[in-house]
Amino acid sequence: MNSTTEYYNDHVVRLFLLASAVWGIVGMLIGMYAAAELTWPGLNLGIPWMTFSRIRPDHTFGVIFAFGGSALMGTCYYVVQRTGHARLAFGKLAEFTFWGWQLACVLAMATMPFGITQSKEYAEPEWFVDILIAIVWVSFGVVFFASLARRRIRHIYVANWYYGAFIIAVGLLHIVNNLAVPVSLTKSYPIYSGVVDAMVQWWYGHNAVAFFLTAGFLGMMYYFVPRQAQQPLWSYRFSIVNFWALISVYMWAGSHHLMYTALPDWVQSVGMAFSLVLLMPSWGSAANGLFTFNGAWHRAMKDPAAKFMIIALVFYAAATFEGSMMAIKSVNSLSHYTDWTIAHVHSGSLGWVAMITIGSLYAMAPRALGRPAMHSHKGMELHFWLHVSGTLLYVVAMWAAGVTEGMMWRATQPDGSLTYSFLDSLVAIRPDYFFRWFGGVLIWLGMWVMAWNLWYTASDARKHIIKPIPVPIPEPEPKQTPAPLPAI
Amino acid sequence: MAYRHFEFIEKHAWALGILTAIMVSLGGLAEITPLFMRAHQVKPPANVKPYDPLRLAGKDVYVSEGCYLCHSQMIRALRFEIQRYGHYSTAEESVYDRPFQWGSKRTGPDLARVGGKYSDDWQRMHLMDPRSVVPQSNMPSYHWLADEKLDPKDIQTRMRVLRSLGDPYSDADIAAAPAAVEGKTKMDALIAYLQGLGIRNEPQSSSAGAAPATDGGAP
Repeated sequence: MNSTTEYYNDHVVRLFLLASAVWGIVGMLIGMYAAAELTWPGLNLGIPWMTFSRIRPDHTFGVIFAFGGSALMGTCYYVVQRTGHARLAFGKLAEFTFWGWQLACVLAMATMPFGITQSKEYAEPEWFVDILIAIVWVSFGVVFFASLARRRIRHIYVANWYYGAFIIAVGLLHIVNNLAVPVSLTKSYPIYSGVVDAMVQWWYGHNAVAFFLTAGFLGMMYYFVPRQAQQPLWSYRFSIVNFWALISVYMWAGSHHLMYTALPDWVQSVGMAFSLVLLMPSWGSAANGLFTFNGAWHRAMKDPAAKFMIIALVFYAAATFEGSMMAIKSVNSLSHYTDWTIAHVHSGSLGWVAMITIGSLYAMAPRALGRPAMHSHKGMELHFWLHVSGTLLYVVAMWAAGVTEGMMWRATQPDGSLTYSFLDSLVAIRPDYFFRWFGGVLIWLGMWVMAWNLWYTASDARKHIIKPIPVPIPEPEPKQTPAPLPAI
Repeated sequence: MAYRHFEFIEKHAWALGILTAIMVSLGGLAEITPLFMRAHQVKPPANVKPYDPLRLAGKDVYVSEGCYLCHSQMIRALRFEIQRYGHYSTAEESVYDRPFQWGSKRTGPDLARVGGKYSDDWQRMHLMDPRSVVPQSNMPSYHWLADEKLDPKDIQTRMRVLRSLGDPYSDADIAAAPAAVEGKTKMDALIAYLQGLGIRNEPQSSSAGAAPATDGGAP
């Protein structure tokens, strides 16, 4: 190894890896507590900042942006280097995106429980946090696209397409949805009101799911699934067809969150139509990932990371099917405003997002931490079963609750009067709330098992005795544009 | 075939980035721009006024406590919703809501037309200790709102910002605002806001002029 060798920048990847493990535990702890408060409302102990309505945004922000965001940025930096055979560009800026993102998460989660919130779902942090997020996000984009520009492989691997779309679209969504005029440091009014605000918010809200929780994690999937199956993607062309379909169709579907409301009818219908079309690229991506395991299914028997990925893809297919069905107006009239929505979002987030993340972390961590394998194989197995059983318990409880609510709200007597009071429906689902909480506890315990496992896998990294991994420099192709980088 | 052109996208990050940006912009442009351009046409009915200072303060309490996480303010155009909550909500009714409070989940009932359904005292008891009036409720208590006083100066700044965004507050409205919130607590403001929800702004239909059962009283 001479001084001219180029090394992968795995330092920032390790930082994000650590952050995502910590935020996963914090975010899910808050979720678990919030779920417990719905069952035992006295649990806020009379403390304002521990009240359900104050901590629920902390849960969603904590798991989506802090846990998911850290995992996405970390894997993105890992993947863009590996697929391009080049070191990450702007190492200092990449480090800034780490600390900036962590600061934004801490600021957001420390202010929201004190009532400093815009009350726009999934975009609750106030304007000063939003500005920080925008700055970090643009820096993230600069690092990513500059690293892509430094690549030594001409062809841009598909995982990077998804990461790129995730960065561009989330930046756009975040900025447009959070345009507001500050009143003071802690309060602002959005420039939109009423029905326009509703449309902008759900265009954002739905596509935060589309690009943060789907496109980004598909990028993760397209790199780590073939890596773990140890064979190429089932169909590369199919992945590209799905890419263009997914990113263009998703953006139209947000209005399905506003069915039968005061939103103009045509927007509702367009949203429903596109939501149904969306099933195709969603299932296309899920199938492409699953078929990649064709001929390597036996790996799932002994590799917990592969197992997480396979079940994640099954949940992805299931949740996107469910989502398209829930966007049908007549189904939506039953499901909307009920816990069915909560079931849907958690089968997506716990089933798909969390499992593909955990699978990818288990695949990436030993390589980024300079170890041949994770510290404990049994630990990964235990985590898998805790996570899967917790998720199933959670989702089934919320399905039961949602359908119960939907049916009771619309039930009428033969004389046309309503059968149940609102309170009747709440009383009927209280047992489901308990099971949901218990499912959450199992998932949270699983996260502790992962943290313990990562801690011991990181023992070499903690002693600073791991060696940086050199970038394998490919042979230059003739007439390559952009020209390949010289070995530094 | 066209694959050669496609290959160009696959090998040039800038082309990929620009095309991606175009593709992700189409949906929003098609769905939001028409609403935005027509927003000025959504005129509030004569009886929908911008929030008076106390109710505005109450709305901001509602927003900052995160009430929207369990209560919607959007009665859908469905028979059983109208039976339960009253006339379906219309776009005109929320023109002064920044942000909109339609919600996405009902752990508690819809509040779009809750104004006047209960007395002020009931609302106060319910917010202080929900289970004292609804034993099976799982709503948390918001007793601290009764201890926190409103800031009369702050309300003027808020009204000025809202005016800059287009809400028709007059200089006189703003000048009179501090007096209206002087000495009031967040609890008073929230109750005034709740009691005003859906009051006097039901769309005028064939039964035009039909007064609501109660008008919720003066804030």
